[in-house]
Amino acid sequence: MEWLYVHMPIAGVEIFWPGLIILGIGVGIIGGFFGMGGAWMVTPGLNILGFPMAFAIGTDIAHMAGKSLIATMRHGKFGNVDYKLGMIMLVGTIVGFEVGAQMIMWLERLGNVEIVVRYLYLVLLTFIAWMVFHDVSTRRKKQQAALAAGQEVDKLATGIEWHKTFHKITIPPMVHFKTAGIYCSAWLPIFVSFFTGWLAGILGIGGGLIRMPALIYLVGCPTHVAVGTDLFEVMISGLYGAATYTFKGRTELVAAIIMLVGAAIGAQVGTVATKYIKGYGIRIAFGIAVIGCALSIVLKLLAKGIPEFKLWFDGSATVLILGLVFALSLYIFIQMIKGVKKELAAKKALVSGH
Amino acid sequence: MQKFWKKCVGLSLMLWAGLPGMLFAAGEKATAVVIVADTRNLKGLMGWWGNLYNESHLLFTLLTVVLIPLIGVIFGLLADVIMQRIGIDLKSRELAEH
Repeated sequence: MEWLYVHMPIAGVEIFWPGLIILGIGVGIIGGFFGMGGAWMVTPGLNILGFPMAFAIGTDIAHMAGKSLIATMRHGKFGNVDYKLGMIMLVGTIVGFEVGAQMIMWLERLGNVEIVVRYLYLVLLTFIAWMVFHDVSTRRKKQQAALAAGQEVDKLATGIEWHKTFHKITIPPMVHFKTAGIYCSAWLPIFVSFFTGWLAGILGIGGGLIRMPALIYLVGCPTHVAVGTDLFEVMISGLYGAATYTFKGRTELVAAIIMLVGAAIGAQVGTVATKYIKGYGIRIAFGIAVIGCALSIVLKLLAKGIPEFKLWFDGSATVLILGLVFALSLYIFIQMIKGVKKELAAKKALVSGH
Repeated sequence: MQKFWKKCVGLSLMLWAGLPGMLFAAGEKATAVVIVADTRNLKGLMGWWGNLYNESHLLFTLLTVVLIPLIGVIFGLLADVIMQRIGIDLKSRELAEH
């Protein structure tokens, strides 16, 4: 079975290459579908495959850059990327992130803030999960009320409509984001991206998990455009990250390329699946992913709090994350196959009708 | 025009200054140790790649940064061809929330 292992020339370890492809497919599907980098899913997977920690992050970011590029290209062709909004948000994110990162360094000098940060992350994820499912239930209630009144709900109608309040702010300059279909003060995306960047800086994460729901609920993007625009940001930061990590000698390109083989397929599947799944389908699946991420943090907190069971809790967190990657990517894949079958059948019917 | 270029330079500098911190924070902090690839048993392309890593991180980085998007685009286009062959419409989608 030696042929199933490939030697990594830089890290000097033998890695089970089918595992890299499977991991790439899984995170590619999820990344293309939700519009995030998904480092929180990849790093435990790479560790399990035997990757040294020093190379896991750099390799993850390098493959993420390629994967996001593929997914952004596809989302762009679908008309899901608002480049103007993405560029404006990129500036806000960077500034906010720096402020957050500086703040956490200042707090660290005052005392140990790691545990506080983990709890804050947990609170934030709980809030996001609540927001998603509260939104879903509000929209259902609206739909039921409209049906009872003999009316139909608009295709783009949403449950939570906080963005409508924010759109009332008319501080100049006012900007029209054509793809997202938003007309608002330029300060809204700047402030929102600054805020999400600041949170990401404090929490020490990439930020896709926060930015995607912020684009939906605060800026008012349709779900598909939020996914595409967020991926555009992930792509730019990923390319830069690949450069900086590689320059520090922390990237294993051979592994990144093998992962990219899987991620290229996965990213296409995830992106094309958004064509067949309505916005609320994406939101619900995203909410489940957020709950999974929150549970893995609870397990990691328990591992710190109860050192006797550290191994057990850490192992459970990894199993939970990888199980979640498998379950979600399988669900998205099945939905895509169903959608493709339906589309092809409709095309066939149209041809035979003529 | 001068204002435009000033803005461009300012934005680039901000990107340069801000992004590394953002990306480093995504994971655990890497320790400042020098890692050397053991190329004694490596041959061919792998040996060349390992030696390039040991000799010049700059060249190694440049090649990686060029190769990753290039491979991404090739795989992406390949997947496009396959999906188009299957008959999937890859140019339009209906924007609907439910």
